[in-house]
Parts: sequence; C-alpha cells; structure tokens
Amino acid sequence: MSARPVLSLEAVTKRFGAVAAVDGVSLAIRENEFFALLGPSGCGKTTLLRMLAGFETPSAGQILLDGEDISPLPPNKRPLNLMFQSYALFPHMSARANIAYGLEMERLPKAEIDARVAAIVAATHLEAYADRKPEQLSGGQRQRVALARALVKRPRVLLLDEPLGALDKKLRGAMQIELKRLQSEVGITFVVVTHDQEEALVMADRVAVLKDGRLRQCGSPHEVYERPADRFVADFIGVTNFLAGRIADGGVLVDGLGLVRGAVATGLAAGAAAVAAVRPERLSLVRAGSAAPDNALSGTVVAAAYHGLDVQLHVATPLSAAPVLVRLTAADAEAAPLSPGTAVTLGWSAADTRVFAA
Amino acid sequence: MRDGRLALTIVLTLVFAFLYVPIGVLVALSFNEGGLPTAWSGFSFKWYAALAHNGAILQAALNTLIVALASTAVATVLGTLLALGIEMRRRKSRGLEALIFAPMIIPDIVLAIALLSMFAMLDVTMGLHTIAASHVVFNLAFVAAVVRARLKSFDWSMIEASTDLGATGFTTFRRVTLPAIAGSVVAGALIAFTLSVDEFIIAFFTAGAGRASITLPMQIYSMLRFGITPEINALATLVIAVSVVALTLSQRFNRGMVG
Repeated sequence: MSARPVLSLEAVTKRFGAVAAVDGVSLAIRENEFFALLGPSGCGKTTLLRMLAGFETPSAGQILLDGEDISPLPPNKRPLNLMFQSYALFPHMSARANIAYGLEMERLPKAEIDARVAAIVAATHLEAYADRKPEQLSGGQRQRVALARALVKRPRVLLLDEPLGALDKKLRGAMQIELKRLQSEVGITFVVVTHDQEEALVMADRVAVLKDGRLRQCGSPHEVYERPADRFVADFIGVTNFLAGRIADGGVLVDGLGLVRGAVATGLAAGAAAVAAVRPERLSLVRAGSAAPDNALSGTVVAAAYHGLDVQLHVATPLSAAPVLVRLTAADAEAAPLSPGTAVTLGWSAADTRVFAA
Repeated sequence: MRDGRLALTIVLTLVFAFLYVPIGVLVALSFNEGGLPTAWSGFSFKWYAALAHNGAILQAALNTLIVALASTAVATVLGTLLALGIEMRRRKSRGLEALIFAPMIIPDIVLAIALLSMFAMLDVTMGLHTIAASHVVFNLAFVAAVVRARLKSFDWSMIEASTDLGATGFTTFRRVTLPAIAGSVVAGALIAFTLSVDEFIIAFFTAGAGRASITLPMQIYSMLRFGITPEINALATLVIAVSVVALTLSQRFNRGMVG
C-alpha cells in the first residue's frame, strides 16, 4: 500500500441552513485502500459520500483527487462511481444492459464494452443471471449487479453507500469477505459508508468514525478498537464497560470503589469528571490466593450466556444500574461455578484501562 | 345471513342494469335491420354501411380524430413533463398541485365559457385548432395525474445513478426516466384520447360558426333534432367501442402488462 493519497478532504464542511451535516472533516484516503466511513445515522457520513460523488457541493473546504480540486466537476464527469444503497438498477434493462450502460456513456467500441462486461460478470459470478431483469433477481444478485455496474467503469475510487444494508444477516457475512476479495482483485480504492461497526472492522483497512458531522477518530480497525480516541468511539466500536468518577493521580477515583488505575492522558485536569473504560474481554475472574490485580471490582452474577468459544457474564455491581459485561473463554468459565447469584471478583490491569473525559 | 346476501345481489343487479341496459339496447338497435326501436326484424350491418356513405358523418369523424390526436399529443408531452416537474420539487409546490388539477374538477360548461371568452378577447379565429387547444387544458391534467401516480413509486436514485455512470441530463431522460414511466405515459395518452373523442360541451363552444369544424358528438347532437335514427345508434356504438378499447389498453399499460 503506497502512502500517496488518492483522495484528500481538506476541512470539508456542508451546511443545510444553520445545521452543519459535515463539519470540518479532513481525511487522506490512500491508493488501493478499503476505507470505511463509520457512524450512527445522522452523523454526516452519507452527505460526505454524496459530496465525493458530486451530488452535494461542500459549503467550505476542498476535495482533491490525485491532488486536483474536483469541486467544479459534475457527477458525470468525475472518475468516481457510487454504488447506491437502493442499488438504483434500471428496471427496464437486463442485468447485462445495466452493467454496460456506464461504458456506453463513455462511447467505447462495442467489442471493448462486451469484453469488459463479460469480465466483470464473471468476477461477480453473475453469468447465469446476466440476461434477467432486476425484478427477476434476488437481493444478493441485485447487489452484485449494482456493484458490477459501478466497478466496470474502473473508477479511481469506488464509493459504496451501505452496500450490505439490504441483505439478510447470513448473506451479509459472506458478502463482507466477497467485497474484500473483489477489492484486492480489481485494485480499486473503496470508500464504504456504514453504520455497522462490525462490518467496518471486518472489511476496512482504515476506519473513520464520525459523530454529528465531525471526525472523531481515523485509524486501522485495531487502533480504533484498542485505542479509542474518546468515550464515544469506545462506546460505538465494540462493547465497553464504563465506570464514572473523577480524575485523580494515576487513574479515576470512582465513588464506592476507590482508585481505578490507568494512564491519564495529558489535558485531563485532576478533579474533572471522567470515566474509566475497560473491554469485557480484558476482565478476568480473581480467584482466592492469586496475585492481586491492578484493579478489582466485586459483584453478583446475573446471567451467563454461552456462545461456544466464550461465555458472556452479566455482573451486577453497586456502582451502576447497568451490569458489567465480562467475556471469559469457555475454559476459564468452566473452572468456577457461575450460576446466577454467585459472588465474583473481577480484575483487570492498569494497561487495559482507558481514561476519557465524561 | 343468506337473506342479506340475496338482497345485496339483487341491489347489485339492479344497479348494473340501470347502468348498462340502456347502452345494451342502443348497441342492439344499431344492428336492427328494420330500424324501428319497437320491433326487432333481423340482424344487419346496413346502418354501419349507411354511416360509411354519409359525408357529413365522415367529415365529423375525421375532425374528431384530428382534434383528439393533436390535443393528446400536446397534452401527453406537457402532462408528462408537468408530472415530473411536480414530483421532483414536491416539497416546494403544494399550491401548484391544486392549480394543475382544477381543470379536472371545474364544470365543463364553465371551462367552455371561459375558453370561448378568451378566444373572443384575443380575437382568435375559431376552428379545429381552438377545440384541440381547449382539449389540451383538461387532457393535460389527466395525463399528469396518471404519470404522477406512477412516479410515486419511482426510485429517484436511478436518475442519480445514471448521472454517476456518465450520462447527461437528456440521455438520462431518454434512456432511464422515460422508459421507466413509459407505461403510464401511454396510459395517460389513451385516456386523453378517449376524453377528447366524446367531449361535447367545450367543442361546441369553441368550434366557431359553420359546419367546417364540427366533431362527432356535435354531429350526433345535430342529427338528434330529427329523432334517434338507427344511424345514430350505429355511430354511438362505434364511439363506445373506441372508448372501451382505449381505456382497456390504458389500464393494461398502466399495470405494466404491455410495453
């Protein structure tokens, strides 16, 4: 992966009336990257995508493609293609005619169009369905036609708006892998918009997390999961337990528990409201006689859910109404009785504790 | 329960009889050899043959066809564009909608007087062209209504998709928008054609003086002064046939069964 950005966003802002749907977002998307714009609904990710495609004009800031400002170009002149959430297939055309449409617009010779369409039809496994109309195709087949129709244009960047949103859960899992395979096969930069954090983590090389039009964090799935930039990201990506308190020397002072040890980022003043965050899989059961962990918390098991490889414990504590979630390996869970009502002590290390402003 | 059903069936039969028996009688009499409304004297096409040799009726039929085709063509183009325009900027033009559909609701006689006044005021020579122009007024509303109904379930992102794939606005209209709504455009055109063929009041007011621009309904009306002849029955039967065929086709197009 080269480090040269294909697409650069510089302080891009989009206002609708007084509301900023996208607020000063700067990003550099690299060549051949699978990039995800992730956030809850209304975070501005779709508006951002539509600005890249050319259907919205930024109120401020610049969008550079290979170093050149593409703002003056209308959507039909941009070397970017968008796969629509609704697929937007043309109902009166066969799958093949839908796919060929974009190449016909480029006025390519018929032989070249046929060859490129045939190649993409093969790559997306649509050979058996290519002459059907969209209404005769299943949801998964339609999704592949939409993908093929955008990919066959060989765009500099392919934009995908919730590409898997309309598929059922099982198909979605298979298509996540399929999309990733296609992306590395065709060697095109993908920018995908999704609200599904799991999807983003599975597919993307890098993830940008957006909230209320602002960029909260941009990094690899590992970075945003293990080192979330703030409380929102920690909560939105995966599952996190939060313990509320105040900043103290060496951690967060939690009422009723004492000091939770963890590294405090500079910029958080002593006494400021804060939360200590820890992932469920970083918690373990503290057994009598074992070494005391950096941090410990006692509670009562409310429920234990068996998931095959691991067991999820819900532990009630006096600290908050929400139970603390713990993920134990099946082997760990079998070593101790964990029926509801069992008193347990949970321990975790200071290194696994993140401290955020509340 | 059974009594209730029986009563309903009787009422339904009576209502349909009320609606269709007169039409049935008219159609039957048009094939009556003797020509008397009181006695059936054998099946014959002679009144249809008589029509074919009646110069005044043939001229009226030709006039009707010219008016219907011209007004349908104009109304279909304008009505389709109007429907697209309204649906594209739906949120901004609530008031506009009511204005466009008013010609469907305003009594024909009011519209007829208004159009006549306007043509007189502008000092337009009246003839087939003024009838056709007047028919466009209400036909446009009907075409727009039929096309709009189809556009309610139109996926507008198709237009963006076409643009995104490199098409210009005109190419998108020609290759995506129009084919996707073609069924409803044809359906609207057929309804407009039917309405124009049997429209009397507005044509009567805007035809101007003389026999040159008389249409079929006007011709029938003038023939009625000498009583209902079997020829009128035959002519009316033909008008019914044209209307039924056009409206049936219209429904099929609108459901996407044809085209």
